[in-house]
Amino acid sequence: MTRKMIKDHPILNFEHEKKKVVKFTFDGREMEGVEGEPIAAALHSNGVQIYRITPKQERTRGFFCAIGKCSSCFMVVNGVPNVRTCVTPLEAGMKVETQTGMGILKPEE
Amino acid sequence: MKRTDILVVGGGPAGLSAAIEAASLGADVVLMDSDLKLGGQLIKQTHKFFGSRTEFAGTRGFEIADILFDEVEKYKQEGKLEVFSNTTVTGYYKEDGIVSYTIGEETYDLMKPQKIVMATGAQEKRIAFYNNDLPGVYGAGAVQTLMNVYGIPPGKKVLMIGAGNIGLIVSYQLMQAGVKVAGIVEAMPKIGGYWVHAAKVRRLGVPIYLQHTITEALGEKVIEGATIQEIDNSFNLVGEPMKIDCDTICMAIGLTPTCELLWSAGCEMKFVPQLCGYVARRDAMMRTSHPDIWVAGDAAGIEEASAAMVEGRIAGLAAAASLKPEGCQMLRERSADYLKRLEHLRAGDTGAKIRSGLEQVCCECWG
Amino acid sequence: MTNNEKLFNSGILTKDKQETLLPPQELWENRKNGLVVIECPQQIPCNPCHDSCPTGAILPFENIIDTPRIDYEKCTGCARCVARCPGLACFVVDLTWGEEDEALMKLPHEMLPLPDKGDEVACLNRMGEEVHRGKVINVTEPWKDCTRVVHVSVPRDMVMEIRAVKVV
Repeated sequence: MTRKMIKDHPILNFEHEKKKVVKFTFDGREMEGVEGEPIAAALHSNGVQIYRITPKQERTRGFFCAIGKCSSCFMVVNGVPNVRTCVTPLEAGMKVETQTGMGILKPEE
Repeated sequence: MKRTDILVVGGGPAGLSAAIEAASLGADVVLMDSDLKLGGQLIKQTHKFFGSRTEFAGTRGFEIADILFDEVEKYKQEGKLEVFSNTTVTGYYKEDGIVSYTIGEETYDLMKPQKIVMATGAQEKRIAFYNNDLPGVYGAGAVQTLMNVYGIPPGKKVLMIGAGNIGLIVSYQLMQAGVKVAGIVEAMPKIGGYWVHAAKVRRLGVPIYLQHTITEALGEKVIEGATIQEIDNSFNLVGEPMKIDCDTICMAIGLTPTCELLWSAGCEMKFVPQLCGYVARRDAMMRTSHPDIWVAGDAAGIEEASAAMVEGRIAGLAAAASLKPEGCQMLRERSADYLKRLEHLRAGDTGAKIRSGLEQVCCECWG
Repeated sequence: MTNNEKLFNSGILTKDKQETLLPPQELWENRKNGLVVIECPQQIPCNPCHDSCPTGAILPFENIIDTPRIDYEKCTGCARCVARCPGLACFVVDLTWGEEDEALMKLPHEMLPLPDKGDEVACLNRMGEEVHRGKVINVTEPWKDCTRVVHVSVPRDMVMEIRAVKVV
């Protein structure tokens, strides 16, 4: 799927073509995003809005504040839960998963 | 343990200004910001700023950020200023003045600054309406980040809640990004922001629904629409709900200062509606009741970036002056111009709210 | 609250307020290149319009919150203020341009698509309603900062109505 990007803007020049694009997976699906930009930005441009499911009422949650303060955007990244995807930079090969409930921190092997 | 003269928490317009001012006066400064990029909300502002020439009037917000970044770079090169981004200050321990911080999600460390400037900014308020937690309901600042920093459209059609400066400006910016704005909903009988900001979007066909509120966000898993309804002077719902077609609901109903570290530090705090939440009591030089802590910008009371930059200058100046034996004289002389600029920015009708808020938290000096 | 007050409260300049912002009629009828109309009715801390004016027609601000005051004798219709105003509140109206029933307006524009010289554009009133199709006579960028000034031909009786253009 082509990422959604603002190509033309009256004031800003995004220079999308100069950015380093890397592959990552979301719930096992391969996607592309810009290295160093927030994981949430990559997900949004790939049309993904649902980041986690709440523990009790199973409500969907996603992006909200973008400054790492509201806890709405928590996801499991490379096995670690409660990662603030709105302020965590995307790296090549990252495994990003929808977080269901509270998240489980597995002890390191 | 890492030590420094002055720690500035927050790298938005207030924090950057404080760091630059303190470094220019010879202090060793560490600046920590929790975001990936410095500049706070300033880097997303594509509109031209108001104020006067000294506040860079007529210059776009993100260009003002560039001016501040150049100065930061200069002091970095001189070794006076160390900058940490992606770094969250997680605690202040008042028993021994130690600050804890995390870099990214992995590194955790402690440091001991002699003085601190808290320029932690603000966060979006929320209002209650059915389904207000669904993905697709985003803060206005968040929408700006997506479209102006990362060049990603936040949605196809946005309903803006709030006609303060942020709601009006972000609506205009959404249209510049090629996103439709279904309308702006405002609970009060008039817009809260500058009249000219409203005129700009009205002439492009955006309706402003005064004395309306959002009653429901529609959708099961993500936003698919909204209903709004008129309210009377006592904020009771009247008339019939009206369905609005949209896929994004943008919350711009107001900000509230981010004050957790000030509370941790034991600073005297006061709830001031005109400043939009709890703020630290402070003197004219932005010093809180804690002798080593200053505050500046939205964390000191919700206002504008121009005021944030001047407050940052004063806080940085005062913190640096407190480390020098001849500091008082320097503080008096250099602060006079800054105080005058703040006075100008806060004059007239549009400054009335701020002035009445500040009356409640400012004290002459701490003695 | 009157209807007029309601409109003004949502960013529409009502007729009664428009009247106070008009240039002196005789000067306006005869000034080639037009005179500026500044629709900034609220006292806000802002004065780059004065700084941007090369002739001093926009007078110095005694107090930064004053609304702009204009010495129309000095205004040359250069439209530098049009492109500078952060509120996009300045418009130049040239009543001497074209036929008797025509006028030329110079409006600020910061949206895509950008109009080109020779294009026909929709002319919008203060509520964003299309009231005319006009020809773009010129497009300038006085400060080279992405704010364009679109020179568009309009009916003379609409100069206090039309406030934006849209590429169709």
